[in-house]
Amino acid sequence: MEEKPKPVLVIGGGIAGIQAALDLGDMGIEVHLVERKPAIGGRMAQLDKTFPTNDCSICILSPKLADCFRHPNITLHTLSEVKNSTGQKGDFLVKLRKYARFVKEDECINCGECAAKCPVKVSDEFDMGLRKREAIYPYYLQGVPAVMTIDRENCLYLTRDVCRICENFCSRNAIDFEQKDTDVTLHVGAIIVATGFDPFDPSGISQYGYKRYRNVITSLEYERLICASGPTGGHLTRPSDKNPVENIAFIQCVGSRDLKNNRYCSSVCCMHATKEAMLAYEHNTKVKSHIFYMDLRAAGKGFQKYVARGQREYNISYIRGRIAKITEDRNESPIVWYENTQSSKTEKMTVDLAVLATSLVPRKGVEELAKVLGVDLDEYNFFKTDALNPLDTTKPGIFVCGCCREPTDIPESVAQASGAAERAAETVMR
Amino acid sequence: MNEMRVGVFVCHCGTNIGGFLDVPELARYALSLPNVVFSQDNQYACSDAGLTEIKNTIAEKKLNRVVVASCTPRTHEPLFRSTCKEAGLNPYLFQFVNIRDQCSWVHMQERERATEKAKALIRMGVARAALLEPLEETEIEVNPCALVVGGGITGMTCALSLANRGFEVKLVEKENQLGGTLNHLYKLYPTNKEASRLVQEMAKEVKKNPKIEVLISSEIEEVQGFVGNYDITVKQEEKARLFKAGVIIVATGAETLKPVGMYDYNGKTVVTQMELEQMLKEGRLNADTVVMIQCVGSRNEKRAYCSKVCCLTAIKNAMLIKEANPDAQVFVLYRDIVTQGTKYEDYYGKARETGITFIEYSLERHPVLENGRIRVYDELLGEELNLPYDLVVLSTPMVAHPDSADLAQKLKVPVDEYGFFLEAHVKLRPVDFATDGIFVCGCAHWPANVGESVSQAYGAASRASIPLSVGHVKTEPLIAVVDEEECSGCGLCELTCPFKAIRIEETEKGRKAKVIAASCKGCGACGAGCPEKAITMQHFTDEQLLAQVIPLAEAIP
Repeated sequence: MEEKPKPVLVIGGGIAGIQAALDLGDMGIEVHLVERKPAIGGRMAQLDKTFPTNDCSICILSPKLADCFRHPNITLHTLSEVKNSTGQKGDFLVKLRKYARFVKEDECINCGECAAKCPVKVSDEFDMGLRKREAIYPYYLQGVPAVMTIDRENCLYLTRDVCRICENFCSRNAIDFEQKDTDVTLHVGAIIVATGFDPFDPSGISQYGYKRYRNVITSLEYERLICASGPTGGHLTRPSDKNPVENIAFIQCVGSRDLKNNRYCSSVCCMHATKEAMLAYEHNTKVKSHIFYMDLRAAGKGFQKYVARGQREYNISYIRGRIAKITEDRNESPIVWYENTQSSKTEKMTVDLAVLATSLVPRKGVEELAKVLGVDLDEYNFFKTDALNPLDTTKPGIFVCGCCREPTDIPESVAQASGAAERAAETVMR
Repeated sequence: MNEMRVGVFVCHCGTNIGGFLDVPELARYALSLPNVVFSQDNQYACSDAGLTEIKNTIAEKKLNRVVVASCTPRTHEPLFRSTCKEAGLNPYLFQFVNIRDQCSWVHMQERERATEKAKALIRMGVARAALLEPLEETEIEVNPCALVVGGGITGMTCALSLANRGFEVKLVEKENQLGGTLNHLYKLYPTNKEASRLVQEMAKEVKKNPKIEVLISSEIEEVQGFVGNYDITVKQEEKARLFKAGVIIVATGAETLKPVGMYDYNGKTVVTQMELEQMLKEGRLNADTVVMIQCVGSRNEKRAYCSKVCCLTAIKNAMLIKEANPDAQVFVLYRDIVTQGTKYEDYYGKARETGITFIEYSLERHPVLENGRIRVYDELLGEELNLPYDLVVLSTPMVAHPDSADLAQKLKVPVDEYGFFLEAHVKLRPVDFATDGIFVCGCAHWPANVGESVSQAYGAASRASIPLSVGHVKTEPLIAVVDEEECSGCGLCELTCPFKAIRIEETEKGRKAKVIAASCKGCGACGAGCPEKAITMQHFTDEQLLAQVIPLAEAIP
């Protein structure tokens, strides 16, 4: 340990990547944390509360974001992607592409004057398209680094060579259209992959009417809808008419345990549906929630009691049955058709809002990343691991944690992240 | 310090506070309080922008006390303290006021009264801030050795990993061999790898590793000290062994419940999954019709938890039975099949294809053993079945070791209502204890399969390696101090202290109490009991606490 250990590259700035980076940084190992998006935080930043404690998600995440940003051993590379990697365990040469932000990170104070003047309106990705944002924007309110970003796909100047209004209103002269994408080469001893998940797009399951019916939404959209810093300021209203919601159907296993889509179980949905139903009741005690499930999987610490509490105190009923289809009435209220397997009858229920618990699928682009790193994916495109050796990829020196190896809840992702940090430390501190 | 200059920052926390309290009004109000020279409201005080603003204001306004009224000190106090430190202000001159967890979240429907309450809380915080004193953290050397308690696959994984990184490890195992529960299992799902072979191969590696000392047939007798400097006494076959360790990892595993008195359990025709594993291992299973019952003794009122691994264990054993005897009939009576993750749904599907019959029952209409048959109401079919059997296998949950409470007491860490060790934070600190320097992993924490246990073992090793790698830790100066002039040397404090952190010593001035700073947890028991009022709790002095209470009391008409 006399020689300074080689740095470790962590790919993905969600809770798993952040925890891995913090552990390594705290051990005294230099870390490069790479995030494709303009800010770190990942999916956890998009959640409203977390089960089974109902802790506010961003509130418990945000100190970790700040720790990462200020850590002397951690270098953040946001808006960056791994483009190439050569070498082996203990000795990797990695090429990063750092995309231009067109905003000077050390000048911008995130005041938002620029966005107030930007004429462009596009759908906001962080809020799941539930609101519009400008072409110069903060990725999200508490995002780190806390700076604006210009969206090159939609900025008028960058696409059509007109506008530059933001420049005129920036009191700090932080806008910089001269910025170019740059390539950086890093010499690292180990790599941790923590690229997380995307929500499955349920449009293909046409019988559920997602995108056709306005009051059928996905669980991640619901998280934004009920979040105080979300598009409605936390008011749970129907997307169609902004009326309050009093009757909700939560539909489980959408795209999961499904031979046509993903055969696997996404692990976290039984619990997040329970949480989401609880939150609805906390917002409005008139709310009645129905969770349509196949098997109730509440195996983690405190989960079973959480479900019991939901039934007892939050007006939640669990109905065992797979939804056959969703139709709509004249008020655009979803009608849920299902076989109640406990009574063996076909039944229907009209609700104000239907929430689809869509499965967790690997992030877009993992095939390319796996190819660049030279590691194998499994049949679903999750990073391949061995059941008894869960944090090692198929290539020595490259480790994996969190939802990119398999759908996993937050505590397990955090434990794995620390574990992957340990495996990486073993590699670089030998 | 001459003039008192307090700065107050009131946080909206998005709408968590701002949605329920009048935050700008709170900031205006704060400015009217004694010693307050600056106050403002922030959208998110903890965001990068918010912290920078606090830092800049400390310099610009020459603040010498900082008050932040926001969420909770549990997650955010360290952050604000270090922000003060970065601005050159002693971190102990920072005062937290909790107006979210203890105000906005609990009074969501009463904006005006809740705002008044928040004002009172801020008033109290400001009053205390004026009496805060700068304190220095002490740095303690860390003994570069880890104690791992439990020699199962979890403990061995921790030990090997830490040893690989160059740290000394003492691995303490209660039984007379390494391997733990896996010694008693047959094959592991989903790979069908032989469990005992897996752990015995690992045990060989552990034993030949020069950095690891294995103590079998040993139990923890006593633990003294604190992070970096634990004095451990281990009892090994009646002999006491003493050594030092910097960190401790608890990897003691769990037991499976013996279903005494349930379903006519007799260990012969009605056995547990563990006993079935043994029968399969020894090739002495002789049964054509096997009925497995899931959730025996779990997910009920007494043990309201799912033990996570039993469904897959049943599926695996059912398949092994079918493999050995394709004509065997196997029924699995379940409540919910738990086969989470990418690897196990197919495994379940394969079991069904193999011809294993899965029957859903409910807690209300659970199976009954009667005249050599099993009566069960099939919830999916909607009718009662009457199944024959040669062997009934009960899937019982993992339960905490009966001696885990005793170990918890020695380590001064908590256990939950079922006796499993309780981590520092359910979401974000799953393998840490709230006590620095002690960590937990595997089934000692909660039922887990081998893969999860191994992940957590590496996780705990990582966390434990942080103080070991850095070589020193800082301890908070929130400890008792003795005024020797006042101390009469009565020794009451020594008797009261649950941490053995204060003792009476002979000095030139006679018998006096002395605090062992590193052991003191700042609980205050000694100070409360001191008849001479000679003991002060740093950062929680009587004056500071009274300063908080008085402005509150004054407001009550």
